[in-house]
Amino acid sequence: MALYSEKVMDHFRNPRNVGVIENADGVGEVGNPVCGDIMKIYLKIDNDIVTDVKFETFGCGSAIASSSMATELIKGKPVSEVLQLTNKAVVEALDGLPAHKLHCSVLAEEAIKKALKDYYDKNGIEYDKNLFPDCDSCAHCCDQ
Amino acid sequence: MIYADNASTTKMSKTAINAMLPYFDNIYGNPSSLYAFGQEAKEALEDCRQRAAACLNCEPREITFTSGGSEADNQAIVSAAKAGAKKGKKHIITTAFEHHAVLHTLKALEKDGFEVTYLDVHSNGIVTPQQVSDAIREDTCLVTIMFANNEIGTIQPIKEIGAVCREKKVLFHTDAVQAAGHIKVDVKEQNIDMLSISAHKFHGPKGTGLLYARKGIVLSNIIHGGAQERSKRAGTENIAGIAGMTAALEEACASIDENYNKMLPLRERLIDGLSKIEYSELNGDRESRLPGNVNFCFEGIEGESLLLLLDDKGICASSGSACTSGSLDPSHVLLAIGRPHEVAHGSLRLTINEEFTEEDIDYIIEAVTDVVTYLRNMSPFWRDLVNGVRPHVFAK
Repeated sequence: MALYSEKVMDHFRNPRNVGVIENADGVGEVGNPVCGDIMKIYLKIDNDIVTDVKFETFGCGSAIASSSMATELIKGKPVSEVLQLTNKAVVEALDGLPAHKLHCSVLAEEAIKKALKDYYDKNGIEYDKNLFPDCDSCAHCCDQ
Repeated sequence: MIYADNASTTKMSKTAINAMLPYFDNIYGNPSSLYAFGQEAKEALEDCRQRAAACLNCEPREITFTSGGSEADNQAIVSAAKAGAKKGKKHIITTAFEHHAVLHTLKALEKDGFEVTYLDVHSNGIVTPQQVSDAIREDTCLVTIMFANNEIGTIQPIKEIGAVCREKKVLFHTDAVQAAGHIKVDVKEQNIDMLSISAHKFHGPKGTGLLYARKGIVLSNIIHGGAQERSKRAGTENIAGIAGMTAALEEACASIDENYNKMLPLRERLIDGLSKIEYSELNGDRESRLPGNVNFCFEGIEGESLLLLLDDKGICASSGSACTSGSLDPSHVLLAIGRPHEVAHGSLRLTINEEFTEEDIDYIIEAVTDVVTYLRNMSPFWRDLVNGVRPHVFAK
C-alpha cells in the first residue's frame, strides 16, 4: 500500500501550472517555513474569469500535489465559482489524502482565497469578509 | 535500487541467514525442555551467548537476549531507576538527542518523580565528559548516553564518559545500536556498565537484540513470566534470531577495520559532492562520525518531497522533516544541534554500507543535486531566500 494515491503521485511528479505570473491580478501566500510548507498562488483574472493560474510550493509531496490539483480545478472558472472551492473538493479530486496530510488541501484552499482577496483589495471591489478565513490564526500551523 | 538507508535497517548477511535456518526445522525444541532435544536448543543458546560476549568483551552471563534495542534500552534504564529509587536517588543524566527508546522511557520516569538532565550536544553533535562530570549529583542513579547518534552518526567519547561515571560511582548505560558491528565496542576497555544492541543494524535479523549488564547490576523485569534468561526476561527464547544475531555480530566485528576503510573514502566523497550544492551543510561532526553516515540540510526545500523524488530515481533514503516524522516538528536531533525548524525540514540522511561503489556515490550526488535544484525552482521559500526577503541560514 503506497503512501499516496496514483493521482497524488501524478500531480506531485508532474505538477501542473508551476511558476509565477508577472503582474498577477491576485497573489496569495499561506504557511511559513517553520511549519515546513508555504504555498503561493498567482491569478490572472479577465472579466471575472480566472484565465491563468500559477503556483509555487515549498512542502511535502501532498502539498505540491494539492496545489497542482487546486490550480487545475480553478483554471478557466468564474471567480464566483472559484470562491466555492473547498479543500474537500481538492482531496476528492486527488482520490484522497492520508489523514495527517489533509492540512495540505486546506492550505491550497486558503492560498486561492487569499489570492482572490488580494484581487478584490487591489481593485477596490466590495466583498463579504466572512468568506475569507484569517490565515494568520488558522489552526493547522505549529506555534512559532 | 540503491539502498542508502542502512541506519534504518540492513540486508541480512548470508552467514546470518544460514545460521538461523537449523532452528526453524531441525533444532526446534524449547530450550526449557528437559529432554535431550530441548537441551540441544539450550546448548545452541548458550553457545550464542558465549560468542556474543566474546564480541563485546564481557562474560556470557552478563548478556540478556531481548527483542531488540528498544527493549534493551527500556530494561537498562528502568532497572537503574528502580535500583536508584531504593536508595533515594532519582536523578538521571542523558543527552537531548537520544533515540526515542531512551527519551520516551525517561519521560515515563519523569512522571514517576524522576528528574532528568538533558545535556546539550552542541552544534557538532558531541557531548563532552566534562559536561557529564558537571551534571552528576549525589542523587544521580544513571547516565545514559548513546554510543553513536542514529540520525547524524556522531560518535560520543564513550570511554571517557564511562571513566567519569566509574570515578563518581554512577551507572553508565549506552545505546550502542548504531555503533555495534560498525566501530569498536569493548565494554571493559570503554568503562561501560550497560549496553544495548540490535541485530538488524549489522546484517542480522529484526526482532532480536541484547542487553549487556555488568556483573552485580540487578536487572528488573519488563516482561514477566517464565524463568528464561536467568528470570530476567520471560518468554521462550527466539533461538533462530539469536543465532542469526550472533553470526552477524561475529562477522561484522571481524570486518570492522576492513569495512571502515572501505566506507570512509566513499562517505568523504559523498560529503564533498553534496557540499557543492549551494546553501547546504553537513549535520554533525565530520571526524567523529560513523563511517557510513551522511546527513545534510538543504535550504529552501522540504525533506519528504526530496525523498519521494529520490525514490523515483531508485534511491532509498530518510529525512528528519516533520512530514516524514508524522508530527508537526522536525527531528529532535537536528533541533538539538541547533538547526532552525525551516532548515531541519530540508534534511536528508544517507547511510551507506561496505558494498557501495564510487559509481553509486556519484549517482547519488547527481540525483540529489538535480532534485534539490528542481524543488528549489518551485519553492517560494527559496525564491524569498534568493531575493533576500528572508535571510539565509548557511553560507553559500
